[in-house]
Amino acid sequence: MTTPLLQAAELTRHYSVRSGAWPFGRTATLRAVDGVSFTLPAGRTLGLVGESGCGKSTTAKLVLGLVPPTRGEVRVMGETLPPAGTARWRALRRSIQMVFQDPLGALDRRVPVGDQITEPLIIHRIGTPAQRRDKAVATMAAVGLKLDHFDRYPHELSGGQRQRIVLARALVLEPKLIVCDEPISALDVSIQAQVVNLLVDLQAQLGIAYLFISHDLRMIRQVSHEVAVMYLGRIVEQGEPDSLLAQPAHPYTQALISAIPTASTRTRRGRIILKGDPPNPIDLPSGCAFHTRCAFAVARCRTETPALRVMADGRRVACHLADTNSPRAVA
Amino acid sequence: MATAAVSLAPVQKTAHARFFEAWPPLTIAALAWIAGMVATALAADVLAPYPFTALDLKARLAPAVLLGGSWAHPFGTDELGRDVLSRLIMSIRMSLLIAFFGTMIAAVLGTTIGFVAAHFRRVVEAVVLMLIDFQASMPFLIIALSVLAFMGNSLSLFVVLMGFHSWERYARITRGLTISANEQGYASAVRQLGASSLRIYGLHVLPNIASTLIVSMTLTFPETILLESGLSFLGLGVQPPLTSLGNMVGYGREYLTRAPWIMLAPSAVIVLTTLSISIVGDWLRDRLDPTLR
Repeated sequence: MTTPLLQAAELTRHYSVRSGAWPFGRTATLRAVDGVSFTLPAGRTLGLVGESGCGKSTTAKLVLGLVPPTRGEVRVMGETLPPAGTARWRALRRSIQMVFQDPLGALDRRVPVGDQITEPLIIHRIGTPAQRRDKAVATMAAVGLKLDHFDRYPHELSGGQRQRIVLARALVLEPKLIVCDEPISALDVSIQAQVVNLLVDLQAQLGIAYLFISHDLRMIRQVSHEVAVMYLGRIVEQGEPDSLLAQPAHPYTQALISAIPTASTRTRRGRIILKGDPPNPIDLPSGCAFHTRCAFAVARCRTETPALRVMADGRRVACHLADTNSPRAVA
Repeated sequence: MATAAVSLAPVQKTAHARFFEAWPPLTIAALAWIAGMVATALAADVLAPYPFTALDLKARLAPAVLLGGSWAHPFGTDELGRDVLSRLIMSIRMSLLIAFFGTMIAAVLGTTIGFVAAHFRRVVEAVVLMLIDFQASMPFLIIALSVLAFMGNSLSLFVVLMGFHSWERYARITRGLTISANEQGYASAVRQLGASSLRIYGLHVLPNIASTLIVSMTLTFPETILLESGLSFLGLGVQPPLTSLGNMVGYGREYLTRAPWIMLAPSAVIVLTTLSISIVGDWLRDRLDPTLR
C-alpha cells in the first residue's frame, strides 16, 4: 500500500479561553477541532463542509502547520509535519500551498502581480531571476492570465482574475496539495464556475490533490471525490459525494442537504429547519454534540458520544441511529 | 430633442492640464523652494558674500535693502555688523542638517522599534509601550535640557538628541499598523509561503505603511526645525559663533523693534521651509499609493 499524500490522525486543536473578568473568570477549553482523521491520496479532492465556526478553517491551518495541533498529527507523504518556521517545514511546505477566500486581501496591493507570483520562487530560492520570470509567465498562462497582466496591480484586475493570481502563486511551486479555504465564496456565481472548472482542469493536468473547504454543498459535489461533513470540530459523516448527498445518513447532513435551494418545483423535499444556533464550542453538550438540535435524538444520544462507524456502503457516520435513520432521508 | 446635448465622448484633457494634475503648481513651488534650500545648504560657502563671523562695526544694524539699506548688505546687518544674508545662508545649512539627520534617526529608530514590538508582542511590546508613554508624557525640552546639561553640548550629540525627539510617534504608528497588517491577508499569505520575517516586514508591510510614515515624517521635519530653533533660542542648541535659524531668531529678538530684519529673514525661511515640506508630503502620499493613481 502506498503512503497517502496527506494523513490527519486524531487531529485536535483546543484553545484555552477565559470567560469573565480576570481574577474571577474561569479558563475554559474551546474545542475548535476535536479528533479529526482523514486521508487524502495524491490527485484526489476531499471536500470539507460545515456551517461557520465548525472548525473547517482551523483544520486547514493545522494541515498547513500554521497552528500546532494540541493532539494528533498531520503526515505529509508519510512524514510528520514539523513545527512552522523550521527549515524542514519550509521544505515540506513547497508541496502544500494555500488558496484564500478573499483574493484581494491575500494580495499585496503595492506589488505588481507578476512579482507576487514570482515571490514563492524567491522565498524558496529556486532558479535564476530569468528562470523565475519564465516560470511565473508559464504559470500565469496555465491559469488563464495574459502576459500583459504581469506588471499590473491587483486592484486593476477583476475578482476572477485576482483569484487566478492567488492560484498561480500557489501553483508556481508545483505543489502536490492545495488547501482551498472557501476559494469561491467571495466571487460572483459566473466566476465561481470558471474558477471551479479551472481547479478541476488543473487537477486533471497536474495531478494535484485538493483539500476543498466550503459551505456550498453543490460546489463540493462538483469537485470532490470524497466529502467530510463537520459539526463542532468533529467529522460527523464522510463518504462518496453522490451517495452522501443523495442519501445522507447523519441527521445533520440531512438538514444541510435539505437547505440546498432547488429551482425545480416537482422534487420538493421536506426542508429540515434546525432550531437554534450551534451550541457554544466552549461548553459542548454531553454525548452527541448534535443532540440538542436533532429531531431523532434518543436518550442514548445525551450520554454517549457516537464514534465514526463504517456503514455497509463504505461511508462513515457518527450517529447511534445511522442504520435505522438513513432510509428516512429519501422519504 | 434639443436637451440631449450631453456629450458621450470622454473629455479630452490637454497635455498641459494633465501635467498640472500630476504636478500641482503649489507642489512645484514647494519643491522648488526645498531644492533652493538644499542647494543653498550645499553651496553655502560659495554663496555667502561675507564670512558669517566677519564684523563690520561701522555698519552695525544697517537696514535691509527693502527697508532703505544699501546693496552692500542686502539683508542688513546685526548688532555686531555681521552680514545677515551670510549668516542666513550658514544657518540654513546648519538647521537643515540637524533637521534632516534628526528626522532620519527618529524615523529609522522608531520604525525599527515599532516592528520589533509588533513582531514579538508580549513583554517586548509592553516594554516598548512603556518607553513610548514615558517619552510622550515627558516634555522633551526637559529631557533635552538634562542631556545637554550632563553630557555637554556638541553638534553631533545635538543631532542625535533631535533624533530622539519624535521616535515614539513612528514607533507607535508602525506598531499599530504592523499588528493590523499581520492580521490582514497579504502578510499572512506571504508568511504561510515560508517567507522570513525580515522579508515580510521589509518588502510587504513597510511599503504598505510607508505612506503614513512619510506623512508623519513631513510633520516631524518642520517640528525638528522648530525644536532646534526653540532650543537654540534658549541658548541650549547651536552655540555661537555657530549659527542656526533658531539661534538667529533668538538673538534677533532683542532688536525686534529697532532692527526687525535680523529676525524676519530666518523666521520667513522657517515658515516657508516647513510649509513646503508639508505640501510635498501631502503630494507624496498621493503619489506613493498605486491605488490612487
